[in-house]
Amino acid sequence: MTLWIAVIAASLLSLATKFAGHLVPEHLLEVPWVERVVPLLTVALLSALVVTQGFLDTDGLPTLDPRAAGIGVAVVLLLLRAPFIVVVALAALTAALLRLWT
Amino acid sequence: MTGATAYPRQWWKTPAAREGLAVGLVGLYGVSAGALGVAAGLSVAQTMLTSLLLFSGGSQFAFYGVIGTGGNPLAAVATSTLLGLRNGFYGLQLSRLLEPKGWLRPVAAHLTIDETTAVALAQETPQRSRIGFYVTGVMLFVVWNSTTLVGALAGEAMGDPRAYGLDAAAAAAFVALVWPRLFGRGAHGRTGPIATAALAMILTLVSAPFTPTGVEVLVGATAALVVGLRDRGRPDAAATEPTEPTEATA
Repeated sequence: MTLWIAVIAASLLSLATKFAGHLVPEHLLEVPWVERVVPLLTVALLSALVVTQGFLDTDGLPTLDPRAAGIGVAVVLLLLRAPFIVVVALAALTAALLRLWT
Repeated sequence: MTGATAYPRQWWKTPAAREGLAVGLVGLYGVSAGALGVAAGLSVAQTMLTSLLLFSGGSQFAFYGVIGTGGNPLAAVATSTLLGLRNGFYGLQLSRLLEPKGWLRPVAAHLTIDETTAVALAQETPQRSRIGFYVTGVMLFVVWNSTTLVGALAGEAMGDPRAYGLDAAAAAAFVALVWPRLFGRGAHGRTGPIATAALAMILTLVSAPFTPTGVEVLVGATAALVVGLRDRGRPDAAATEPTEPTEATA
């Protein structure tokens, strides 16, 4: 039930954000420091998520496990300009194979 | 420039339409959204609702990520919403460029994401921007939602997501989403994004043992304020294009 509420809340807030951009008068959103912080906010959140998804255990402590190997493979593939879906799939395969063999 | 008569009769043969169709194919990675949503513990219906209604790839992955690691649902909503704030700024630019009227206004707003904004801003005339925007948006919406369904159904049939490395897939997805914002063509500024990424990772690592699961991501997000406000007043900071989207990210 809580999850349903969260799913609906996140969806409605996403819609509200998109509509606000189209409807709110420009001068309310065109604040220089806000315009600088928002793109950096995207970078900061995505980077924080790399840490929580890749390098933390269930207690929030740093750990290195097959996920880290998957991330390593992902970085190499990104350097080679591989498409998103290939990066994600081969990262998964790397971690799956490591777990199978160890 | 106003009215349908100004449009080429065979608008689907224009370069803007072709570009839109090509970029729309990026939506194929909805299959990973579907699989990761279900792996995080959402039902197929809940996963589909995020693809239909939330419809912003990065925010969806963020929501699944926080929920999947046992995080607080409130933290998941906050992370997803903060990550989607950029769509609001795309909307600001797009409403001026596309000037949608009537029923097209809510459609244009809902389709306002990285890919559609990138295609619309890359065109030379407002007319081509409109063609590019709507072709990309409709194509993406259809492909993204159908592949999410495929991924969610497949994910449900798979069983233990860790055995298939889906936890690593989630981590890799965030690396791939942040990558073009750090090093890609659309990356803005010089050191700002990289400094922000480094600081965000350190703050997250340090705060994680002491915060409820999911909240450490929000602690990491404060890096954007630290770096963004530090640059205030610098001459080169004003020259950057902060709300320029990067291509091939959602």
